Amino acid sequence: MSTQEARSHSFDASSILRSTEVSNEPVEPCIKVENFNLFYGKKQALHGVNMEMPKKKVTAFIGPSGCGKSTLLRCINRMNDLVDNVTIEGKILLHDDNIYDKTINVAALRRRVGMVFQKPNPFPKSIFENVTYGLRIQGINDKQLLEETVETSLRGAALWDEVKDRLNENALGLSGGQQQRLVIARAIAVSPEVLLLDEPTSALDPISTLKVEELTNELKEKFTIVIVTHNMQQAARVSDYTAFMYMGELIEIGPTSQLFTNPTKKQTEDYITGRYG
Amino acid sequence: MIKEWFKSGSPWIWLNAAAVSTCLIMVVGVLGLIFARGVGHFWASPIVQLSYQEDDGQIKTIIGEHVDSSVTPAVMAKSAGFVLSDNEDVLIQYLMKTGNRDLTGSDFRWIQERHVKKQTEPENLISVERREWGNFYGQLTAVKENGNVIASGDKAWDVLQERLKVALELHEQIAHLEKKEIGSINYNLEQLRLAQRALELKNAWNPAKAKEFSDKKAAYDVDYKRYQAQTAELYQKIRRDSLVATTESGAELVIPLSKVVEVTRPNKMGVFSKIGHYVQKLGAFLSEDPREANTEGGIFPAIFGTIMMVIMMSVIVTPFGVIAAVYLREYAKQGFTTRLIRIAVNNLAGVPSVVYGVFGLGFFVYILGGKIDELFFPEFSPAPVFGTPGLLWSSVTLALLTLPVVIVSTEEGLARVPKAIREGSLALGATKIETLWRTVLPMASPAMMTGLILAVARAAGEVAPLMLVGVVKLAPTLPLDGNYPFLHLDRKFMHLGFHIYDVGFQSPNVEAARPLVYATSLLLVVVIIGLNLSAILIRNHLREKYRALEG
Repeated sequence: MSTQEARSHSFDASSILRSTEVSNEPVEPCIKVENFNLFYGKKQALHGVNMEMPKKKVTAFIGPSGCGKSTLLRCINRMNDLVDNVTIEGKILLHDDNIYDKTINVAALRRRVGMVFQKPNPFPKSIFENVTYGLRIQGINDKQLLEETVETSLRGAALWDEVKDRLNENALGLSGGQQQRLVIARAIAVSPEVLLLDEPTSALDPISTLKVEELTNELKEKFTIVIVTHNMQQAARVSDYTAFMYMGELIEIGPTSQLFTNPTKKQTEDYITGRYG
Repeated sequence: MIKEWFKSGSPWIWLNAAAVSTCLIMVVGVLGLIFARGVGHFWASPIVQLSYQEDDGQIKTIIGEHVDSSVTPAVMAKSAGFVLSDNEDVLIQYLMKTGNRDLTGSDFRWIQERHVKKQTEPENLISVERREWGNFYGQLTAVKENGNVIASGDKAWDVLQERLKVALELHEQIAHLEKKEIGSINYNLEQLRLAQRALELKNAWNPAKAKEFSDKKAAYDVDYKRYQAQTAELYQKIRRDSLVATTESGAELVIPLSKVVEVTRPNKMGVFSKIGHYVQKLGAFLSEDPREANTEGGIFPAIFGTIMMVIMMSVIVTPFGVIAAVYLREYAKQGFTTRLIRIAVNNLAGVPSVVYGVFGLGFFVYILGGKIDELFFPEFSPAPVFGTPGLLWSSVTLALLTLPVVIVSTEEGLARVPKAIREGSLALGATKIETLWRTVLPMASPAMMTGLILAVARAAGEVAPLMLVGVVKLAPTLPLDGNYPFLHLDRKFMHLGFHIYDVGFQSPNVEAARPLVYATSLLLVVVIIGLNLSAILIRNHLREKYRALEG
């Protein structure tokens, strides 16, 4: 079966890809994953993953449920440390520092690598306190600085105009989409280098989803973004690079336009044409 | 048909409704009974005068308040030794509070309704509440000053009220001088003696110090003499007046006004003056010290002691319970050991409270308190400071008793904080402890308050362990007063629960004390409800503030 035919079963990726051209500018890697294995107890969840995520680009992880894409994402800021019985082998390098090195301060690492989760998880505090949470942790209590950061972060998350008059109200009073953008604002307030988005729109309605996707496009000017999604249209819409994972293995990674229009592996083609997953 | 009915679920609903209503009836019943019996005590009930035929046929006058009635079937009455004629099928008896214990030997007597020949409520009957010997009932004949009659007959009442007012003021002044001023001097003298003893023990006692101390002592002595002179003067004044009254049998009795708390003529009082009287008596009950082996007067020290102890207990149990729960839930590795500890903690809640009392006495009081005395208070020896039951050990013992509920509910609260919130905090670069302090603990605070509410409810009503570790029948001083260091954790205290037990079962005059038992019970319930309500209000406020994520 030709690729052309297969595509007609699924969706026309070329119509939503932001650019079909593969840019030739040199790619500076931000995160490098080298021979990475991960075990939950005895069960191996990631098998020898090798990949690079370029700086100030959006990299999307796609793949069927349980393929390990979220696990890999959560390894990048060591959120998997919280799970009992996890052992890892291999390295993840953030600008050449191995984040699994014993000398790494995990809290400091997480300040450099922010994360947004599947479900919006604002703290039951005011909007202002939510955004300044990370700064306060770092001991920053200068009121003026906090106020400035709140404004820039909320503007950065495209939420400022909606909440500027009620910064002292409880964040739980916001809608789901607003909450998710608040969480993004909270993450960017500590100015991380990398932003990990773990299925950030799966709990949101289509309009909110659209807003978050637009936001992702703006944010990549400043941050390296890694996004996990099981929505292939979304991956096609927002990402520069896409990695396809299956059964804990990285099958293929490449520029999004290339992966969607001309995958090199049979498994990738089957997945994006909707044969399984 | 029946089958259909069973299938419809109606019987089940009826059963549920029955269970709920039974619970409700019981709660309302308990509160209603206590309320009905307790609140009536302070109402000025009329004094009746009866012509009563005694068993030997003599007609006598009885003056008193009607307290209770009992109806006995004739058969039972006969078998109990009453002589009844054939046409009587019941024996009605009244319990009369006749007072005048100093004259007749008892406050109460049962009389048979069929022997009452005449019943009147003369307006001039007076009821005298005395500081000793209980109430007096009779007729006012005169008021005396230094043994000379200054008013008699109808004029006596107004003069008596005037004089009594003066006497009560004097009494208050005397009480103030004796308790506050002289008490404070005694306290300071005792502190001085202890300081001297401490210096002697350290071999630092020298003539210079001796001079300094004796100067201080002399100053206190001067004060003491002055106060004593004042008190003596006041005593002389208060002893000046007295009232003369006749009893039911016509005997005259002179009652010094220094021994009188209140004189009323309930038969002459209207509804409004009775209400005023009621409020005044209730206020006195809540604010005054007890008299006459706790059967009269107020219960303020018991209220104060109960609340003080509960607050101290809360202050101790909350941090301990929360820290233990945080460790168990957040830090300890979940496994066999933590499960074992949890089971042990839960079982701790089931240990009978008196066992905690025994433990408190054996460990806290004797071992811990004894050691503290040895190390820090050698100058008190041989008198114990913390080596004897007291407020501190009571609070600690009850804190131990209520620790399980605080641990269990705090753990539940911690478990309910969504994982997403913790991850959110950690992902922002917070360490575990920062996450705990800034987010998790505040969100679990309503659950901690729930634990505290349960703890308070249990601790405030607990009596058995307290009898071993610090509660006394009558505490001469409150655990909080104006003498440095103000809060005296080593002192013994009074407690409402123990007060009920003491008044109800240990008092020499059980009949007289019974209404007081109900009133005190009602008050204990009110205190517990009050403490709980305030905790619930705080919790609801916290809940609103830290509303957990929905869905």
